Amino acid sequence: MSLVFAGVCSHAPGITGRADRAEPDLKDGLYASFDRMRDAIKEAGAETLVVVAAEHFANFFMDNMPAYCIGMADDYQGPIEDEEWLGIKRRTIPGNPDLSHRLIKDIMQDVDVSYAQEWKFDHGIMVPLHFLTPDNDMDIIPVNINCQGPPLTPLHRTWAFGKALRRAIDAAPEKIALVGTGGVSHWPATPDSGKINEPWDQSFLEKWAANDKDAMLAYTDEECYAEGGQGAFEIRTFIAIAAACEGNPGDVWFYAPIPIYAVGCTVGAMAGS
Amino acid sequence: MSLYYVQKLIYTLNRDPNVVAQFQTDMDGVLKEYTLTDEEKHAIRKPDIGLLYVMGVNGQLLMHYAALMDYEWDEYIQAMKNGLEEHGQVRAGLYLRTGGGAV
Ligand SMILES: [Fe+2]
Repeated sequence: MSLVFAGVCSHAPGITGRADRAEPDLKDGLYASFDRMRDAIKEAGAETLVVVAAEHFANFFMDNMPAYCIGMADDYQGPIEDEEWLGIKRRTIPGNPDLSHRLIKDIMQDVDVSYAQEWKFDHGIMVPLHFLTPDNDMDIIPVNINCQGPPLTPLHRTWAFGKALRRAIDAAPEKIALVGTGGVSHWPATPDSGKINEPWDQSFLEKWAANDKDAMLAYTDEECYAEGGQGAFEIRTFIAIAAACEGNPGDVWFYAPIPIYAVGCTVGAMAGS
Repeated sequence: MSLYYVQKLIYTLNRDPNVVAQFQTDMDGVLKEYTLTDEEKHAIRKPDIGLLYVMGVNGQLLMHYAALMDYEWDEYIQAMKNGLEEHGQVRAGLYLRTGGGAV
């Protein structure tokens, strides 16, 4: 078994870009939870971090949109956003093309995953990395699930993808940490930015923490959009992690609606590694 | 309506500093590479962030175009609200004001 840590976190650009506009207690709580995740990944001895993200048209566009894509580059660049706007300095992030190649090949047995040897990370990956690998000293393998440009991959396929990813990780000798990053409810980049449906978030996170596959896969895109806004399609990233840890419970370390960050900020870990 | 190309232009601006440099000195030269209506060209040139929002530009793209055009975060949110008042509900895409959910 070479999965040594699994977890989930938020990635909203406001977390770093508008950091000090939140209530200090909430900001501190969220930041401390990111720190806790960084420590847990380190303590687990992880050599590589696989980030399952939901990017926002930084690399993938409607001219050729993959449902699933995995990076296979020597290195990556990010953030693609203005450094000042995001509050994160641009850097080159080390990759691990050899491990990527093995993961992709194995996953392809079940899911027709795309791959990319060029990838500019947006806030969807850079905000987590800002906290999890601040010294830029760990190999990163980016994974993307299209949660932005419909038609979107069905949730049961996301489950299959998470399972395939797990099998591929277990076949690798390296110690690997796996983090999914997405929103629960949010209406980002709309006039309703800051709106958060806390009861809906709590209900989803309960199902995630119980690793209740049937309950998670019962969500529809229509329900997510109506109750959880444009950002709720990103529950796919959380569901992929649950699939990778099938049968094991999760633990939500932190959840708080932080309107100026425009999302119900979440950090959690899942057993099963 | 060539919303796809409005969004493709913004996607390209986000990715390529060379296109940004050209856009800043020769905007029309960049725009002629894309199939755009007069209304779309006008909204991009001005820039009319509220109108671009109402046309249906995905928020994940539009927020970066607003930042590129020197909109502070609060100004950008306000520009979308103004757009709704001036031009009515969002015409296409997913980033309309949906109602629903709790505040
Ligand atoms: Fe996102």
